[in-house]
Amino acid sequence: MESGGFTDFLQFIFMGLQRGCIYALVAMGFNIIYSATGVINFAQGEFVVLGGLMMVTLTTGFGLSIVFAFLISTLFVTIIGILMERCTINPVKKPTVLRLIIITIAVSILLKGVAMIIWGKGSHYMRHFSGSDPFVIAGATILPQTLWIIGILGVIVVAFVVFFNLTMTGKSMRACAINRDAACLAGINDRNMVMLSFALSAGIGAVAGIIVTPIIQMDYARGALLGLKGFGVAVVGGLGNSLGAVIAGILVGVLEALSGGYISSHYMDAIALLILLLVLFVRPSGLFGSSEASRLKEF
Amino acid sequence: MLRLVNVNSYFNLVHVLKNLSLHVNKGEIVTLIGANGAGKTTTLRSISSLHPVKGGRIYFNDLDITHLRTEKLVKMGIAQVPEGRQIFWPMTVRDNLELGGYLTFKTDGKKALRAGIDRMYELFPILRERKRQYAGTLSGGEQQMLAIAMALMAKPDLLLLDEPSMGLAPLIVKEIFRVILELREQIGLTVLLVEQNASSALKIADRGYVIETGKIIIEAQASALLENQEVKRAYLGRDKRKMWE
Repeated sequence: MESGGFTDFLQFIFMGLQRGCIYALVAMGFNIIYSATGVINFAQGEFVVLGGLMMVTLTTGFGLSIVFAFLISTLFVTIIGILMERCTINPVKKPTVLRLIIITIAVSILLKGVAMIIWGKGSHYMRHFSGSDPFVIAGATILPQTLWIIGILGVIVVAFVVFFNLTMTGKSMRACAINRDAACLAGINDRNMVMLSFALSAGIGAVAGIIVTPIIQMDYARGALLGLKGFGVAVVGGLGNSLGAVIAGILVGVLEALSGGYISSHYMDAIALLILLLVLFVRPSGLFGSSEASRLKEF
Repeated sequence: MLRLVNVNSYFNLVHVLKNLSLHVNKGEIVTLIGANGAGKTTTLRSISSLHPVKGGRIYFNDLDITHLRTEKLVKMGIAQVPEGRQIFWPMTVRDNLELGGYLTFKTDGKKALRAGIDRMYELFPILRERKRQYAGTLSGGEQQMLAIAMALMAKPDLLLLDEPSMGLAPLIVKEIFRVILELREQIGLTVLLVEQNASSALKIADRGYVIETGKIIIEAQASALLENQEVKRAYLGRDKRKMWE
């Protein structure tokens, strides 16, 4: 295959898109819980890993169809998210943000340990959703799985917009995030909304893990880096801003891939963190966050 | 209808409410007046369980509601309009009203919710004109009307109003108080009104309490409080000398 300048560039863009969509999904998971509680959930990366590993077990171990395994894995992780909130977050007597964050770190270590015991330390492979023969566009190749990833991110974003803007439950979740007291006075049970936020972000994390597993091969320790990148993206996009997360995710993914291609693939992970640092220096509220709101937040 | 017996409340170590007792009868408009930091807002927040009560009891229709959660109280018919127009700024006026009717929607469905919103539009016609606007872009008076409409969406028997006149032009204050009186006529709404603007509050109230550093110091008919020398001096802005001349 000829590898001209433009073809290379296009190839890097495709690669960046694929990574970026995953970062965006992880970041959206961070944002949901952050909006509802002001807490950064450090177990977000573990949700991603659990989703991926569960998917591997269901498809290769039990031979379930992709669609069915997809649904069960997502449901499984969603339930773990609910359990996490009910067992570790809800019972806290004086839930300060710092205390809750430390709890999420503990849960992340616990989940990672359990995943290691169940799935072992090795990498797990899974076949692509619909074949692994790449399409060729202008000399550059794009995997069908990448198209799945982009499509699923699109579906989730649309579902999000509909849920948070048109349904009563979504609106009341936003209301809780905007003004907790006023939401309580409207008769909204804020604790249930917190539980719902954990359920949603666990589900979204699981989806991210499921769709990325065929490409990166999942293992129990992947969560840390995925979580870190996702967190960086959430900050770059403006914490709590889900549309910002999508744009920032794709931006960071593409920049990473470009720097990997043109500079050195050794520095790829460093690039994401460099971007995070730059944004924190120049615009601490994130590219799309409002600086006015960030002054009122605890971070 | 509402009865507070020896209620105590704290902000960290500061003792805010000290054995505070008061009651509101059905259909009454009762006002609680006092200076900044006297504990007016804390009293309301304690009633609606946004602020923890330590010691003392609160009864609503003879039921002990001291430690019930806020959303339970809303369900029982206690709605509060919080201080400082706490509406959902980044949402539209209509969304705000819908959220105010959250419980109506959960129990009676969409139709009842719509009917409720239409009633609010009749009560505050300006809200209908503004329904697609973001709540944060409304004027102060409109925001206060929206805050009250949201509380009314929960179909309360008892309305707790926290400083509705704060920062508003006298004409708008008048308009808001007119609506409150109208609601009492129409649906027998009971109101506990917290105010710094003592003269306006006492004009529409039946009865009043004066609170000072967390204690009720005077309780009387509103008309009597308007004539009370101490109240005149401290809260109605009459000069001592003028009164004595």
